[in-house]
Amino acid sequence: MGGTVSANHDRANLLEVRGLTKIFGTLTACDHIDLNIAKGEIHALLGENGAGKSTLVKMLFGSLEPNSGEIFWDGKAVKITSPGVAKKLGIGMVFQHFSLFEALTAAENIALSLNDGSPISTIAAKARALSFSYGLPLDPDSLVGDLSVGERQRIEIIRCLLQTPQLIILDEPTSVLTPQEADKLFETLERLRAEGKSILYISHRLEEVKRICDRATVLRHGKVVGHCNPRQETAASLARMMVGSEVKAVVRAPAEGIETAPALLEIRGLTRKPATPFAIPLKNINLAVRAGEVIGIAGVAGNGQGEFFESVSGEVLQQDAGSVRIRGKDAGGLSITGRRLMGAAFVPEERLGHGAAPRMKLSENLLLSRHATDGKAFVGSGGMVKNGAVYSAAQRIITAMDVRKSAPDPEAAALSGGNLQKFIVGRELDRKPGVMVVNQPTWGVDAGAAAHIRQALIELARSGSAVLVISQDLDELFELSDAIAVMHNGELSTPLPIAEATFEKIGLLMGGAEPGHAEHSLEVA
Amino acid sequence: MRIELVKRPQRSALFSMLSPFIAFALTIIAGAIMFALLGVNPLSAFEIYFVEPISQVWQLHELAIKAAPLILIAVGLSVCYRANIWNIGAEGQFIFGAIFGSIIPVLFPQFEGPLVIPLMLLLGMVGGAFYASIPALLKTRFSTNEILTSLMLVYVAQLFLDWLVRGPWRDPQGHGFPQTIQFGDSAVLPELMPDAGRANWGFVFALVAAVLVWLMMSRMLKGFEVRVLGSSPRAGRFAGFGFNRMVFFTFLLSGALAGLAGISEVSGAIGQLQPVISPGYGFTAIIVAFLGRLNPLGIVAAGLVLALTYLGGEAVQSALGISDKVARVFQGMLLFFVLGCDTLIHYRIRLIGLALTKPNGAANLETAPKLEEAR
Repeated sequence: MGGTVSANHDRANLLEVRGLTKIFGTLTACDHIDLNIAKGEIHALLGENGAGKSTLVKMLFGSLEPNSGEIFWDGKAVKITSPGVAKKLGIGMVFQHFSLFEALTAAENIALSLNDGSPISTIAAKARALSFSYGLPLDPDSLVGDLSVGERQRIEIIRCLLQTPQLIILDEPTSVLTPQEADKLFETLERLRAEGKSILYISHRLEEVKRICDRATVLRHGKVVGHCNPRQETAASLARMMVGSEVKAVVRAPAEGIETAPALLEIRGLTRKPATPFAIPLKNINLAVRAGEVIGIAGVAGNGQGEFFESVSGEVLQQDAGSVRIRGKDAGGLSITGRRLMGAAFVPEERLGHGAAPRMKLSENLLLSRHATDGKAFVGSGGMVKNGAVYSAAQRIITAMDVRKSAPDPEAAALSGGNLQKFIVGRELDRKPGVMVVNQPTWGVDAGAAAHIRQALIELARSGSAVLVISQDLDELFELSDAIAVMHNGELSTPLPIAEATFEKIGLLMGGAEPGHAEHSLEVA
Repeated sequence: MRIELVKRPQRSALFSMLSPFIAFALTIIAGAIMFALLGVNPLSAFEIYFVEPISQVWQLHELAIKAAPLILIAVGLSVCYRANIWNIGAEGQFIFGAIFGSIIPVLFPQFEGPLVIPLMLLLGMVGGAFYASIPALLKTRFSTNEILTSLMLVYVAQLFLDWLVRGPWRDPQGHGFPQTIQFGDSAVLPELMPDAGRANWGFVFALVAAVLVWLMMSRMLKGFEVRVLGSSPRAGRFAGFGFNRMVFFTFLLSGALAGLAGISEVSGAIGQLQPVISPGYGFTAIIVAFLGRLNPLGIVAAGLVLALTYLGGEAVQSALGISDKVARVFQGMLLFFVLGCDTLIHYRIRLIGLALTKPNGAANLETAPKLEEAR
């Protein structure tokens, strides 16, 4: 579907940015940025974490005030002083981190941002119609708390579309989607382009930028390093522009002797009833992860991966203690602390608020998951925390994982998503855990950081640990895994060795094609 | 001209510190207006209210007597509130501490010696903790709202005490007055400096509790647990900290401290049980906790300020003939302004002239959470 619409250089510019600059203290986050977005084009904004993409976009959306520079909208100079002004002009934004109230329904969340007093039922009907016509299936009456990340993103997109914007800014939209969901989104985007709307598309995924974007602007260290037509570039040449050097490819050393290695993590007949009316029940899940191997779990968002992670991590206990076994011992009845003490480590999907406490320092967030396993090192007599030891351990992890930050020990919320993820993964790797379970290891993380995290996970496995990776990113799973299993509707397929696995086979399983799943219709929800 | 609140990128350390002082200044201004409306010269009223009650040494002792229960209770409550658990029933826990602690001097007056006081204090803490465990149990078992249950239990405790001193525990030689017998000498909390004033060991307990809880909150794993569960419960669960355990911990701790305050008050300042043993310490302590920024050391200072409002209330009543309810008014205004000024920690104020065209305020308010999310 890509490549059918040519770049629209001849069309009028919808948005022109001239010399936009934003300075934070001594850091120039955006340095004289020039950017043109034509009517009816999909324009990519590329750059590593910290390149200034978010700052630029926040200035366009009125969340930040530029220090200097001009913005022209439809040829007229404008000052975008607040998101309200941006919306009035016709700029809509879908953030990478969603701003939705979990206790409210999708329609209620939309109503909150529209703020025009129309009744919820009208909004729900509009949202339903819009979701239908743009191919974004969504039930407006479902509670946000019960929806998957992919579904929540649809709410954000529909909320944005309801305001009939001329320019839609999408921040890392496919980071939570599977190939099918991403295809759906691309269809939606192409439809919007055909309607003459413009899209500013922020992504790290170079292949999809090549596929759907007409032009690209590449940022590095706050400066524009180039404008290009991504279709005439290769993924490697784009990555070079972004990073300034070659991105190291992930190396997966061949795993030897896995068949005879002991299973360090075993799931036997794991079953879980749905905790909420919208949760996915887990049905008789069996899996063994051996020392030295990486097993990937693929699946469309919201097929029970979250419930599975909670059960394995011990945030939710099992009635049958033997349904989760760590290093040959029953762990189903143990809490997350008990399982950590057996040598397991966990990285949840949500970074802020689950894997890390946003308003706490990195050193405190280190203590968060390791107060029990490193009790001797970090906690002294009488329960006094050894702040010095915790601080130096945090610095060790920061160095090992190349976490970039603005202060020696900043609050977790002050870090970019990729850097915080490097810290959270590094926090667990630092323990050299025997079993590592990671949910969405590189959710919205840039290419350089993602390669770093993946390489670290492979090396952990090759050093004799069992690594289980749950991800919706198939590229990632093929890069990392020795075998891939698929989760669909709360059931897990048998793992396919990587040599036999193809995108097509896995994709079919994700749609529920395995025998026994046949009764489920092929759904991308 | 319009006032708009703009979210700060991060909480302001400056205003976190200044907010109580701004609130105090605003309270003084509002108080001056109130005194003026009552037909009293505000300056002389303030002198009587805030200066005279602490101009002599024995008066400082009175201040310590009033401050001790406020600080003890508020220190416990600060732990609850930091954990996002809302114990509003300290007044009831105070009363139950007093009742439990009084078991020895009322029912076993012949038991004397140096062991009596420690046992009474211990029983007082047990009583307060026991009474606080009820809302904790209801919350963890049935998910009841602890604000409601702990508050309602205050009235149960007040009426229970009233029934005790009119009924089974009434002093038979008391000419029918609703009160217990006077505590024996070994059941009275000793005074610190009997020559200088009446202040008793209760004030020392308050200071020790404040320092210990400050240590716990800032240096110990338990305090970390409280802060994590209070600020991000899901991350707390990931850390392996149990929420139900935390509910019990905070309720038992704050209940025990309120109970200690209760028995110290009865054994030190009053010397017997009466139908009413507290001028609302348990509720005023909520103000103390917030005025002290939920920091135990700040609470010591805040406790002294609030104690002064009690003394000042009594002073203006006797000197100017104004109702001592004025103390309640000052306390209320103080809490009101503290909570109001706390807005400045997270928001800055922007004045917007009418001449400029701006989007309506509602659009800005609605994007406030978005800004936070997108950071």
